[in-house]
Amino acid sequence: MSHYLLSRLGSTLVVLLGVTVLTYSMLFLAPGDPAETVLRQQMGHPPSEEALADFRERHGFDDPFPVQYANWLADVVRGDLGSSYFQKQPVSSLIAQALPNTLTLGLSSMAVAVVVGLPAGVVSAVHRDGLLDQMAQVVSLAGVSMPNFWLGYLLIIVFSLRLDLLPVAGAGGLDHLVLPALTLGTSMTAVIARLVRTTMLDVLDEAYVRTARSKGLRERIVVYKHALRNALIPVITVVGLQLGYVLNGAVVVEIVFQRPGLGKLLVDAVFARDYPIVQGVVLLVGVLFVLTNLLVDLSYRYVDPRISRPGGYDG
Amino acid sequence: MADATAVGGVARYLRERVGALTDRRAVATFTGRRRNLLGLVIVAGLGVVALIGPLVLSTSPTETALAHVLHQPSLAHPLGTDALGRDLLTRMVYGARISLTIAALVIGVRLVLGTGVGVVAGYAGGWVDEAAMRLVDVLLAFPGIVLALVVAGLLGPSLTNAMVALAVVGWGRYARVVRSEVISVKERGFVRAARMMGVSRPRTVARHVLPNVLGPVVVLATLDVGTVVLGAAGLSFLGLGAQPPTPEWGTMLASGRSHLQQAPWLINVPGVAIVVTVFGFNLLGDGLRDVLDPRQRTALEEVDS
Repeated sequence: MSHYLLSRLGSTLVVLLGVTVLTYSMLFLAPGDPAETVLRQQMGHPPSEEALADFRERHGFDDPFPVQYANWLADVVRGDLGSSYFQKQPVSSLIAQALPNTLTLGLSSMAVAVVVGLPAGVVSAVHRDGLLDQMAQVVSLAGVSMPNFWLGYLLIIVFSLRLDLLPVAGAGGLDHLVLPALTLGTSMTAVIARLVRTTMLDVLDEAYVRTARSKGLRERIVVYKHALRNALIPVITVVGLQLGYVLNGAVVVEIVFQRPGLGKLLVDAVFARDYPIVQGVVLLVGVLFVLTNLLVDLSYRYVDPRISRPGGYDG
Repeated sequence: MADATAVGGVARYLRERVGALTDRRAVATFTGRRRNLLGLVIVAGLGVVALIGPLVLSTSPTETALAHVLHQPSLAHPLGTDALGRDLLTRMVYGARISLTIAALVIGVRLVLGTGVGVVAGYAGGWVDEAAMRLVDVLLAFPGIVLALVVAGLLGPSLTNAMVALAVVGWGRYARVVRSEVISVKERGFVRAARMMGVSRPRTVARHVLPNVLGPVVVLATLDVGTVVLGAAGLSFLGLGAQPPTPEWGTMLASGRSHLQQAPWLINVPGVAIVVTVFGFNLLGDGLRDVLDPRQRTALEEVDS
């Protein structure tokens, strides 16, 4: 276990380093000279040679790539993500303003997903291949297939435009959170229902469940007391892996509902070619994702010592 | 030489698999579930629409008609018209062709890259394997759409760049699957026997290893169609993929936003098309998995939308 722990931590460090390299070098995907692109947008006309030289000097574009990367990484490690080219603010404070909105959205849609998806999955597994299960499976597959950007507008049409119950867009009180959370929660609900179903089916096959049944215990007790309890442990852990969904989905949902979160910050920065923001958000997302996977992986092993595959659980 | 044997091996494999598909038990497994058939019907129908639809229609997907702006669905325009008077049905049909083409090209590239890296890593082992798998880890360290949107955005908003982005960020899963299959196959008797009989390494890979990894890869690719269609439509919706007036479903949905109240069919029609397409491929993929790759269980891993 400790050998595993060390090698897992080691490879996580390597991956994190890789994430920083990828994040930094992505900037060079942009065609043309980044200094010129940015200055042209800032000034509204092609920049002069002096302005270009000055900008390159200030932002270290003249250094060779490894030096640029090392300087950037050194700043990042100290918590300095640079400043936005256009909004005169440090990237870290822009992220700090956006992150709570995304977290609220993520947590509340996760809550929707667990509250609906968990019972749906249990019912599906208990009535395996029955009518309820078939229906639940088709509905959840349809839920997975639903683009967030369409579902969001459907909800806006019904609840904001027709019924006039909830605000169309923006961020603020609880009423601003309902529709985005439902939108993002729907596809996650489907995923969790499928996951719970699979896990429950596994557990229902286990010897101790068969024993409980053959003892003559009532099915209800077998399912809820013996099976569900054990099925829940991996499910709870794996819910952590849904962070990827949250971040993927948040991008689109925040655009649909014009919520000022990380996703909207990222998309706006991509269009504005505000590279420091793009790098900051991408880095944060990558690091969060890697660390969550690590935690999930470790807790999974802790909870279920039977898992001893090297590499562990593939997220 | 290696190419020819690869093609031969794949062809032989496909013959066997087609054999497996016509095998009564496998067919029973597949057709035993009505939803597998539903998936097959949806996918086949989409294929027909995408292939033949544009040939049958006499209307143009981009021709504007300012006299027919925002018409409700009617006999003349079964799905209505958009804000520039273009016939929505025509645009949807062309859109099917675009979406399926995107999916085919993106998945083709993912398949080639992923299989290549997976075979090399699995077969070579050692530091090559280690390096390749850490690279895959880094790629999979980002939620797919986030990375794709940044890559597409930095390259510049266009359909081609969106496709490049989706292809480049998405081959990691293929590499992982192929690598683990290669590792499990390469120590098996028939592969060792082939090596000992003096069959060259590329030939062994092509004739004995590759055919054995195809099953899981076909399943992965089928399920991936849904992901790619959603991802491409999502990027276009954000403005980072196909640009107007291209009749791409995500782009169409985005331009329908300004008429939510007046003309909700402008977002509902492309929305339904996307759901049906993704749903069909997911059903089909699930069904194929039961036949081609029974070891894996039904569980969609990741959906980008």
